[in-house]
Amino acid sequence: MSDSQGPVWEVFVQRKSGQPFVHCGSLHAFDKEMALQNARDLYTRRGEGMALWVVPSSAIVASSPEDMGPFFEPANDKVYRHPTFYQIPDAIKHM
Amino acid sequence: MNDRDSMKPGDLLLPVKSFCRLSGQIIAPLSFEIHAFSVKFAYSLTRSAYMEQNINFEDIFESKLAKNDFIEPKDWMPDNYRKHLIRQISQHAHSEIVGMLPEGNWITRAPSLRSKIVLLAKVQDEGGHGLYLYTAAETLGVSRDELLDALHTGKAKYSSIFNYPTLTWADVGAIGWLVDGAAIMNQVMLQRSSYGPYSRAMVRICKEESFHQRQGYEIMTHLAFGTPEQKQMAQDALNRWWYPTMMMFGPPDKDSPNSENAIKWRIKRETNDQLRQRFVNQTVPQAEYLGLTVPDEKLTWNEAKQGYDFSEPDWVEFKNVINGNGPCNKQRLKARNDAHKNGAWVREAAAAYAKKKGESTAVAA
Ligand SMILES: [Fe+2]
Ligand SMILES: [Fe+2]
Repeated sequence: MSDSQGPVWEVFVQRKSGQPFVHCGSLHAFDKEMALQNARDLYTRRGEGMALWVVPSSAIVASSPEDMGPFFEPANDKVYRHPTFYQIPDAIKHM
Repeated sequence: MNDRDSMKPGDLLLPVKSFCRLSGQIIAPLSFEIHAFSVKFAYSLTRSAYMEQNINFEDIFESKLAKNDFIEPKDWMPDNYRKHLIRQISQHAHSEIVGMLPEGNWITRAPSLRSKIVLLAKVQDEGGHGLYLYTAAETLGVSRDELLDALHTGKAKYSSIFNYPTLTWADVGAIGWLVDGAAIMNQVMLQRSSYGPYSRAMVRICKEESFHQRQGYEIMTHLAFGTPEQKQMAQDALNRWWYPTMMMFGPPDKDSPNSENAIKWRIKRETNDQLRQRFVNQTVPQAEYLGLTVPDEKLTWNEAKQGYDFSEPDWVEFKNVINGNGPCNKQRLKARNDAHKNGAWVREAAAAYAKKKGESTAVAA
């Protein structure tokens, strides 16, 4: 949604190198540069991160809560995707 | 297009990052990318079997509340739940940014460089809290402009506490100690609020608040253990801020029209009176340590309830201040309106610059 404050952006912060980027909130900004600067000022005032992503909210595509069941259902009966599904002889180590 | 195997991923396909939500947090795994021709296709790739179902949204909503699950922006919610949240979260946001004013009053007159940078950092934090909360409210379908407009025209309320003046430096100490202390008590509870974006904003805010209260108490200790004049100044600040702080928790439960729904929907988890009692229990020993007297002759420890008995604040005064007749209401509203008006050229210039670079159109779709 764009208004006199500029469009909304979603902010993702990486706490430490190697870690995933985690969504930490949103903000308004008029362009990419300002979005990044605002994200720094708003979400990393205490060293909460060492890298930031800003993404226009309008670019985010989200699943709908109503089909949460059917949408994720295909994974539910596939126990063979988990390591515990398989029997390995006791004599075998490090597996 | 028939021979899809011969096509290199990335040729025609669009890489799409996929995100998933885990216990109220949105996680963006670094490595999960899929390739799709369009946004819609990306979505349908993993959405293999969508079944038409008869869904009772209200049941789902209620069962989520019962399980202590969070309600998220795209979830179905009753209209009144949405309205209640918009009102509560935006009032909270307004309180944060109007709250910058009474303390901002002392930035240029802070007694040392150390206290000046501390106060600057605190006031900046409060601005940040306002911004977290505005964006949380915006997830419910209101725009920032609407929210600010409601504040600037006086249609929206904010915490009555910020309509009292900061007369001395001791007031800055008393605000940090008492006002932030009361806010923390409320906000710790709200971390478990049923609305996901509100709850997440509260978690961030609570992490930042503890410095606010501690810096305030530090100012109070310097004054209370200083010269007799300084101690008197601290006592005077406590006298003036005690009852307005008690009002921050809202009217007594028996006269609080919004409380019942807020508890039912788990937006709030404790009542106004419960929080007020806890605040008194926690704060009285802190005043005693300073050698200051809480301005309440009825204040006594009640062994049976393991808490203090205390006097209620003047609820008529509370109503008056809420309705615009506090000592500083007009001044605060004017300061907010002026700041907004004086910032208009900055917003216009930024919008024009983004447009010139061709960015804003791509983004504001
Ligand atoms: Fe705050
Ligand atoms: Fe604060």
